[in-house]
Parts: sequence; C-alpha cells; structure tokens
Amino acid sequence: MTVHFKQDKPEQSNRLDGMKQGVLGKGVSRLEGLAKVTGTAPYAAEYPVEGCAEGVLVTSTITRGEVVGLDKDAVLAMPGVLAVIDDSRLTTRPAQGTANEAPKQGPKTISYWGQPIALVVAETFEQARDAAKHLTVKYREEEGAPVDPQAVETEEKDGTVRQGDLAHAMAEAAHSVDVTFTTRGHASAAMEPHAAIAEWDGDKLTVHASLQMLNYNISELADALGVEEDDVRLISRFVGGGFGSKLGISEEVVAAAIAAKDLARPVRVVMSRQQVFQCIMRRSETTQRLRLAADEDGKLTGFGHHAVVSNLPGEVFAEPVLQSSHFLYSGENRELMLEVARIHRMTAGSVRAPGEAVGMPALEGAMDVLAEKVGIDPVELRLKNIPEQDPEEGLPFSSNKLAECLKQGAEAFGWDSGPRKPRQHQDGEWWVGTGMASAARAHSISEARAKVTLKSDGTALVETDMTDIGTGTYTILAQIAGEMLGLEPNKVLVELGDTRHPRGSGSGGSWGAASTGSAVYVACKAIREDLAARVGVEETALELSQGKTSAGKSLIDLLGGEDIAREGHYEPGDIKDDYTAAGFGAFFAQVRVNRYTGETRVDRMLGAFGFGRVLNHKTARSQCLGGITWSIGVALTEALEFDPRDGHLVNCDLAEYHVPVNRDVPELDVLMVEERDAAASPIQAKGIGELGMCGGAAAIANAIYNASGARIFDYPMTPDHVLKAMPD
Amino acid sequence: MRPFSYTKARVIEDARQITADESAMAIAGGTNLLDLMKLQVETPHKLADINRIGFDEIKKTADGGLSIGALATNTATAVHPRVRSDYPVLARAILSGATQQLRNKATNGGNLCQRTRCFYFTNIDQPCNKREPGSGCGAIDGIAKLHAVLGASDQCIATYPGDMAVALSALDAQVHIATAGGSERTVPVRDFHCLPGDTPWRDNVLEDGEIITAITLPAPVGGTQIYRKVRERSSYAFALVSIAAIVEMKDGLFSRADLAFGGLAHKPWHDLRIAEALIGQPPTAQTFDKAADILLEIARGYGENDFKIPLARRTLHAVLEHAAEEAA
Repeated sequence: MTVHFKQDKPEQSNRLDGMKQGVLGKGVSRLEGLAKVTGTAPYAAEYPVEGCAEGVLVTSTITRGEVVGLDKDAVLAMPGVLAVIDDSRLTTRPAQGTANEAPKQGPKTISYWGQPIALVVAETFEQARDAAKHLTVKYREEEGAPVDPQAVETEEKDGTVRQGDLAHAMAEAAHSVDVTFTTRGHASAAMEPHAAIAEWDGDKLTVHASLQMLNYNISELADALGVEEDDVRLISRFVGGGFGSKLGISEEVVAAAIAAKDLARPVRVVMSRQQVFQCIMRRSETTQRLRLAADEDGKLTGFGHHAVVSNLPGEVFAEPVLQSSHFLYSGENRELMLEVARIHRMTAGSVRAPGEAVGMPALEGAMDVLAEKVGIDPVELRLKNIPEQDPEEGLPFSSNKLAECLKQGAEAFGWDSGPRKPRQHQDGEWWVGTGMASAARAHSISEARAKVTLKSDGTALVETDMTDIGTGTYTILAQIAGEMLGLEPNKVLVELGDTRHPRGSGSGGSWGAASTGSAVYVACKAIREDLAARVGVEETALELSQGKTSAGKSLIDLLGGEDIAREGHYEPGDIKDDYTAAGFGAFFAQVRVNRYTGETRVDRMLGAFGFGRVLNHKTARSQCLGGITWSIGVALTEALEFDPRDGHLVNCDLAEYHVPVNRDVPELDVLMVEERDAAASPIQAKGIGELGMCGGAAAIANAIYNASGARIFDYPMTPDHVLKAMPD
Repeated sequence: MRPFSYTKARVIEDARQITADESAMAIAGGTNLLDLMKLQVETPHKLADINRIGFDEIKKTADGGLSIGALATNTATAVHPRVRSDYPVLARAILSGATQQLRNKATNGGNLCQRTRCFYFTNIDQPCNKREPGSGCGAIDGIAKLHAVLGASDQCIATYPGDMAVALSALDAQVHIATAGGSERTVPVRDFHCLPGDTPWRDNVLEDGEIITAITLPAPVGGTQIYRKVRERSSYAFALVSIAAIVEMKDGLFSRADLAFGGLAHKPWHDLRIAEALIGQPPTAQTFDKAADILLEIARGYGENDFKIPLARRTLHAVLEHAAEEAA
C-alpha cells in the first residue's frame, strides 16, 4: 500500500521531536562501517561473477573529428581477446545528473581528447588493457577545435537578473569593489573508480555499478541500450565516493552491458584512474567579476556577479556559479549573469557542490575586500547585509541561520573583531593570520519512495533504491524508522542500492537525506496509524519505544504474527515555490604563509552551519569535516591542467591532482546550529554534505591576505600565486 | 601492460644476465616501474626481480663512512640510527618524499633510477623525446609547471623528481655499480644522472646489465644539515624546489656550504662555485644573493615554471639564513 504525501505547507508539528525512542540526531556509528573498514563490503567491481570477461575502454587521441576505421583484426588476433566493440549505442560522455536519458553522440564522433570510442574485451584484464592500447584507430581529424575558454565567444544562459541600476549604484557608492576572480577546473576524485559488471539472463540485464542515482540511471541505461526499464536491474549497494561523478550513467556501464549481450557472458569494465579523470566530469574553470557597492556603513546598495564557465557544445549543464549569490546578501541594484564558453575539453558537469563551491569563494573574497575598504569587521559586514527575504524573488527564507552561525562561529573560534591589518603576526618564517567567510548552499529536494515493513518479529525493514555514497544514508534511514516505530537502529535493516526496491531520490545535491528520509517518514507514519488503530488511540498519541507502547504492549503482540508494510511516496509540492530554502553557515580559518616560499598551511579551521534538523550528529559532523577539507583543496591545491593545444587533461591521477592529504588538514571544528526548517522537508532537514565547502576557500584566502598582505584573485593559491602577490 | 617474463634472481649474476638484454629491466620495490608498465610507458619483455639478491645492508665502511645497500628500503635507510645521527639531511630528504607506504616498498637503488613525472612522458598518446626519441617535447609550450629551469634542452625539459638523491649529492655520495662484465665501478652521485641534451632518453649513466649495488657516504661530515622541500601540499607532492644543505660557521662566517638542489633540473643540481662563493662570507642577504646569482646564472623558464627562478632564490635565502642561525 502506497501512502502519498505532497508537502504544500510548512510542517510545524515537530512530530519527530515528540517521538519516544530518542535515537534520531544521536551520533550513531555507521551501521555498515565495520563491513567497510574490514573490506567485506563489496564495491561494484568486486562481485564474484563466474566466467566474467574483462573490458577496457579505448579512448581517442585527437580532440575533434570522426573515427573512420578500427583495425579490429590485428587486435582480435592477440592472446585472449574476445571482441572489439564499437556499437553505435556506446556512450562517449557521462549523462548529466538527473538527465533521465542517455547521451547520444555515438562513438564515431569525437568531441574531446580522451573520449571513449570502443571497448576491447578479453579473458583477462591485462590482455584487454594491452589490446586496447594496440588498437589502431583511423581518424578524420578536424583541426582547430577551440580548447581555451578565453578564446571563444560566450553564450548567455537564461536567468540573467537585472534589477535597478548597478552601474549607477557603483558610481554613487561610498565604497565599491570591482574585482575579478578565477577558479580552476576540479575533479570529483572519488576513491572508487567507475566500474560495472553486466550480466544478461535472456532479455533481463543485471548490472553492478558504482552510481549515485539509480532512480535516474535505470532510465538512462535502458535508453542507451534501447531496452525496457523493466528488463534492467541496477545494483549499487556501496559506492566508494561519488562527489557528482556518478550522478549520471557513465560510459563503462553502457559498454559492459553491450559487450555482455554480444558475448553472451558477463563482462566487467573498470576505468583506469586516468580514464576516470579524463572521461568523466570536470568542474568548469570560472572567471568571475564581482561588483559590490556599499554605503558609508557597509550596507550593500549594489550587487553584481558575472561568471563565465565552459562546457562542450551541446551540453546543457553550466556550472551554476551564481546559485547562492541570488539571495545571500541584500543590495537593491543587482546584476547577475552566467555565460558559457563552448570548448572541446572533456564534459563539464556536477563536481562536489556545483556552483557555490566556486561561486562562494569569489563572492566571499570580494566581501573581504569590501570590509577592508569600509573599515569594518568582516563578520559585521556580513551581518549588516543579511536580507529579510530573498532580494530578487521577494520570497521568505524557509529558515536562515546565517547571523547565528556568524556570531556563534566567531565566538567559538575566538575571532578578533578589532581593526584588521595584514602582517601583524609572525612565527619564524611564517606570517600568521585569520580570515572568515559565509557559507551558503541552495537547498534541493526531490520526490522519493521507500517501503517500510514492520515485521511480525518486531524488527523493521526499509527498502529503497537510494544509495549510500559514504554519507551515512544506511544509518540515518534506520534512525528515522527507529524513531518513528520505537526501535533501536540495529533492529532496522536498511536495504539500499537496488532498483528492485522503490525509487528513492538518489544521492546528489545533498538532497538524499531530506528526500528519502521524508519518504521513510511518510511510510512509518502510515504504519503508526495502523498500530494506533489497533491500540485504540490517535496516531499522534501513540508512544513507542524499545519495541513497546507506553502502556507496555509489545509490537510483536500488536502485530499478531503479521507484517505491516507501507510504501511512502514523498513529493516536494508547491511549498518549493513559496520559500527560498538554503543551508547557511560561516567559516573561520587561521593560516600561515611562508614569507620566503609562499607556501600556505592551514593552522585551524571552524565551520558553523545551520541546515535544519540534524539526523545523526556523527555522520553530519563527518560530512562537514569532509566539506571543509574540500575547501582547503579549492583554496590551496586543486587544479585541473589542460593542454593548451589539444585540450587534454594532463594531471590525471591522484599524485598530480592534489587533493588535501592528512598533513594538509589540521584540527577542524564543527558547530551545528540546530534548527527545524519546517518548509524544507517533512522531517525538517536540509542538505548538509556540500555546504561545508561552499565558501570555506575564501576564509583561507582572506586569511592569506591577513597573514601576508598577498591579496590573490586566482584559486588555488599555490606558492607561485602567493609569491607574485606578496608585497616585499 | 604488455606480456613479459618474470624471473626471480637469486644472485646478482642472474640479474646481470637477464638485464643485459636491452628489453629487460630489473625490478625491486616496483613503486615507479609498475605504474609505468601499466601505462605502457615502460614495456620490458623481461623482468628480473632483484629483491632476493642481497645488497640490502647498511654498514660502516673502512674509512668510517656508511655503505647503504641498493636494496635497503627507503624506510629502513631513513630510520637507521647512523643515518639519523650522522646524515640527518639524508633521513629528512627520504622522509619528505612519497608516502610511508611507498617508502616501505621503495629501495635506494630504485629511487636513484626513478623517472620523471612529466605529464607528457607518462601519457603514451602524447609526444615525448624521452619516451619516444624524435616524437617531440610536449611539455615545451605545454603544461610545464613542474619542469626544469636549469640544464634543459630543446629536446626535453623534464626534471628528476626524487628527494633522496638531492641529499646524496650534497653529501657527495658514491654510487657503486656492478657492471655487465662482472666488475664494479663507482660513480659520484653528482655524475650519476645526466642532463637531457640531445639524448633525453638517458636518465643516468647505467648501461644495460648494470645494477646498482650500494651507495656510500663519506665519513660523518657534521655541520648543520637541512633538507628543505617547497611543495603545494605538505605530503605526497613532488618538489617545486628543494635544497639539501650542509653548513658550518666559523667566527660568523660560512666555513662549509655543500648545497644541492632538486626540482630545478634533469638531475640534482650541484655547482661547486656556490660553496666557493659562500665560504668565508658572513650570512647576509648580499651573500645569499651572490650564491643565488651563481645558481641561477643560466636559469631559463618556460612560462608556467618561471616562478621557480625567484622561488629558488628565496628558498636559498631561507635555507642559508636558517642554517647560519643553527650553525652559529
């Protein structure tokens, strides 16, 4: 029985706070943690499948053109080689998140260097890899494919905002800032490479893959293959990190499925680390002009944010740089515009907090420049400019804890609100300084379904095709069900990552917990209604804990040998259009900058966040720690390097693409400002994962300036940039 | 990965025999070679596993120095009490490289032979004169942030990526090599690596069938020993610039200044004139600049790596200032 709930108005009843189990919000350790750290949790490529052949993708060595011939025979004669597949259904780009359909360029048309064009299948992985490298490909090359975003005309994206007269406001302003920041491309850099094992049983296909959104991926795969969704089963029980790179179906999944059908045996395709870097998603580089006009006191009168990003021709996705700039600060004269340069680098798509991950570091860097011009504390400048309501849409905020986060964060960090001047503290060779920034991330929420069964033995089962990409989904769903049904989380079995289960929301845009969590909530509420009827009370009066009612009656007795199963179907509803919903926060950082070498190291960092109800204190905090760590990467080390001639990604492994390592990450503090966001979701929770990296890089950049006097406008702030900007 | 035969050498003669063939290679820790084989940058037909042929001892030499086996691991070397007490510059250099896991596997001989991290070298679908003579240099006019500013050629601007060898160069260590013919020869580490010139495929002076057996360090040299590595992240990153320094002061003047530099060239860079310029001079900015002028006399950037020139100068200042303070 399916119970549908569409949220059209705020959920003020705080039902979850009235439950008696008392497990929601607690720092419950991950239920699957032991399996993961002991290596017994199987990842996509690790399922034992008998008779599995191994496929390796062949990738292009030109930037634009056409494949006119493959010398298959030579490769087929090599030891162990079973097939060279260049089926026209092979995909050459990953699907964008929530695309719900397959990319359809076909493997003959080449639009970037390193693009998959064929699959070689052999008995062993080594044979396949060797053969893939030996395959001679004949190309018809189109010279002169543009690969430099600065060298092409741009096209304007829809959604430009022009309100009032920004140019006038800038001219009249007591204080103004007009600065241009750049950010470099980023890779998701998930640990588990993209991998799939495909197996057919007649017309029925089963694929073990590493994917974030099975609810979309199933349609994407069926579309790619030209088969019915009902004939496809996708399994992703454990995902070794996604960070956006596994939102849409990717090339290895489609290739494995086609090969397995052709060869009538299971086929595994695992991308090499270099392939993951070169043919999955990049975050676009950005160029961002910020214009801020303020009155004498620092109150914004004008706000301009203009960003140029890039992508391949034909791709709809454009890094949504301005997402939070639309509502974070006041300023009645506004101009916000996003433009896209069409170039032939690999596909740009969602990578860790698309938009704010790079938009916020630029905006918050500009705010620091403004605070200095106005001569006020940067925390004070932000507090002065928190709008009453969305400054463009005129909508109320579903909730906005920015002020609390700024104040409580400053307090906890020990922020000195006195006058700020660069180069005031020295420790040996190092200049030491502090910086801060606001955090903001638009809240996303999506339709989701989950089936909950309260079993006659007094345990519960939660089933949904939702994924756990390392965030703690297994655990929080067990906590939500446990809280509602009066059970310890270890009495709740959560089955995820299998399209046989009802469609969840998938993991992406930090929406998984609030969306699928709400579906579980809706299902559990229906089960409670059934139980309440049996007890003879209103559902709202039913108190359950430790498997019993408040009157001491056990669930097992109430169930009388029968299960109660309900499918919860949650839909966001009209409330989405009535409020501007976002997570807010503040970052504070202390860094040291070497006065000789320009090396920067983070001494300590604190993030204070308000993101609605905290479902699990421990996994929420871990999400924040991860986000802050990514902030360090954006600020100091992460940059994709593209060859200026053919546009290929050159630094395509984890030795040369520098994510922060343990020694780069100091003691991090997280302050969670508890709130209930009644309009964000029925369970009053918002997204967490991405907020932790939305602005943090600016706290570090601003601290670099405060420490050393180097005001840098190019992320990441590697020693070469710091030295160039450092005063003598 | 291409098919290859794999033989476990029991004694050095086995290894010599197998590796005399130009399509054969010796493998020890494999931390570099295996990666390159997977990428098909290295495509040996035969591998001789030399992990069991001995040469892994660290022992005193007749003249009071230290002989470090080529097959001793980086970790064993860095934690060795004699290395720590008498040659701290070497211990520090080793510990600043790679990661603990890699150092546990990597051997000293292999470390000397590790190949460049140039992006065009490691991508077989791009031109590289080192990997494929005559195909061109992708890094010139390409992405060259990590590349050489000293001693490069129009054929190759790659850098030698290691740290250990930089310290060995400052220490004036000797590399002992078993030749294909069964004799032994000794090459100063300062002459072990080559400049690219018009033979960029040649990283070092090893000939086919030759195997490094040991590295010897001179009798303890004392002094203040520093290894300074400038990098973008604080672990698991190759040096932008690194300096190994052994410095002594007498009456406020430099009396010893053995310096070697990493990250700048196709080999650890050593220039005797720098010590000459420093000895007898006080530790002033002027002195440091003079040393830097000598170091960078022929320096040339390739755009992206231009910053290495001022960075080397500044790092040299930092190291000399710090060393002078410590040594005083």
